Amino acid sequence: MTPVARERVFHALAEVHDPELDEPITSLGFVSSCEVGADGDVEVVLRLPTPQCAPNFAFLMAADARGMLRGLPGVRGVTVRLEGHYTGREINAALDRGEGFAGAFPGETADEDLEALRELFLRKALVARQSRLCDGLRAAGETLEQLAARRVADLPDVRDAHRCLELRRRLGLRADPDSAAFVLPSGEPVAAGELGRWLRTARLVRMSLEVNGGICRSLLRVRHGVDIEDPEEEVVLR
Amino acid sequence: MYEKDGEKYFVVDGHQHFWDASPENWVKGQEQYAKGWIECFHAYMGLGPPETHWPLEKFMKYSEEDYVHDVFEAGHIDHAILQSTYLKEWYTDGFNTAERNARMAEKYPDKLIVNGRFDPREGEAGLKQLEEDAKRYNLKGVKVYTAEWYNGSRGWKLTDPEAQVFLDKCKELGIKNVHAHKGPTIWPLDKDAFDVKDIDVAATSNPELNFIVEHVGLPRIEDFCFMATQEPNVYAGLAVVIGGLMHARPRFFNKVMGELLFWVGEDKLLFGSDYGIWEPQWQVEGFVAWQMPDTEEYSDYPHPTVTSKKKIMGLNAAKLYDIEVPEELQVPGETPAAQEAAVGVESA
Repeated sequence: MTPVARERVFHALAEVHDPELDEPITSLGFVSSCEVGADGDVEVVLRLPTPQCAPNFAFLMAADARGMLRGLPGVRGVTVRLEGHYTGREINAALDRGEGFAGAFPGETADEDLEALRELFLRKALVARQSRLCDGLRAAGETLEQLAARRVADLPDVRDAHRCLELRRRLGLRADPDSAAFVLPSGEPVAAGELGRWLRTARLVRMSLEVNGGICRSLLRVRHGVDIEDPEEEVVLR
Repeated sequence: MYEKDGEKYFVVDGHQHFWDASPENWVKGQEQYAKGWIECFHAYMGLGPPETHWPLEKFMKYSEEDYVHDVFEAGHIDHAILQSTYLKEWYTDGFNTAERNARMAEKYPDKLIVNGRFDPREGEAGLKQLEEDAKRYNLKGVKVYTAEWYNGSRGWKLTDPEAQVFLDKCKELGIKNVHAHKGPTIWPLDKDAFDVKDIDVAATSNPELNFIVEHVGLPRIEDFCFMATQEPNVYAGLAVVIGGLMHARPRFFNKVMGELLFWVGEDKLLFGSDYGIWEPQWQVEGFVAWQMPDTEEYSDYPHPTVTSKKKIMGLNAAKLYDIEVPEELQVPGETPAAQEAAVGVESA
């Protein structure tokens, strides 16, 4: 078996998102090292902006990275390690044993896994993605009335539109050509008369996610001197 | 008092610390947490202008002289509220206890207010301590940190039945301001520890109390805004917004302030420097000088006026803490905490 190329490993890691920020862990600068041995053993180290980042999201990223790499052809063993985190010992031990979140913190979780938490943030991400799509369309001259009348079939062939639909399918929401172009987190269409108000709330959700990502990048830069590409903001540091 | 372009600003710093995080104060066996905590704070300092950065050693334990210089002499601060954060699981004498704050406040009684704290998991003993602290420090406010570890527990919520007992005790003792700070952990661990819903519920059931959500609920600023717009007794503490974004992320700063002004309104935003994380001087001067840009990107955000800034910099907090403000520093035609900008909406 030919061992996997490092580029392919990195490419696969780019599919892993920070569930709280809806951004790939690679573009956030969370992957501090990624080693591929000649025999196909892969070792990835994740480094978060602070030692106090929430353990539940930290676990999700580490476990998702492990799951993603184990499915890659040419990969033999996978080790994912969380470094410099205050619950890193518990999380790393559970990952090594192939256990879930409850394995890392026995007796400290109510659910078997973190899927409810993940879903809550996927729905926030859907709001934020739709805000981006709407802003793009409005910048291109669309009125609120035109936006409100759109169905999925009327959406342009742009990345933001694909990202919205992909998330709707993942959440089990309608995404067929006849369904509404813009939906609430529940999947209900945004009522035509409500679109302006809804956009205002959606913009706040989107800004929250982006600001949190910005603070994460700033802290990583200060703590580790890493420069991370940041499309959303001019940066003034040092 | 800060004066700029002929306008005088009465400055109340609603969120300050005077901590001891030096290695001598680390609990044996918990050094990694004590060290991790203060190093994390120190990284935040790095988001301010470079000339205001301190070496880690000074940051771990700054002196009274440092405090007086940075806050009163250089910092333009008329009045400050020292918040208490105990973290006794990690710091032997506590990170920043009311007792330590009070030693400073005793020397500057006309300028400093000490806030206490409570932790509902401490039960009867905690209630008794709160009573004693209220008398000793003449408490008008408390800070609660929901992610604090205690006896194997990783946090608590304001909706825990035990918490209501403490909120009732606050009312009885004349404590009317509850500063809530969310952190990364809470039981059960699989829930979102930053969720602000418990503050919403507590604010509704305790209309006699004011709830000041520190750091504007970051990282859940959207949930905070949707909540604060509906609750007349919920306020936003701006610590971290100004210190962490105004210099390092100016575009995000404009947007965050724009959203806060829109949803929460200028009558319910409170300046806080978060000293010793950031020195007040550059924050006070920078915020007064800051303008919402007149470009399309920010066109439907409120554009704050001199009056808005006077309220945010001190007059709003002065009301909550009954701090006397000289007549010449008031704004004319002062209205009660109305929320013209705030609109009721359902969460997105």
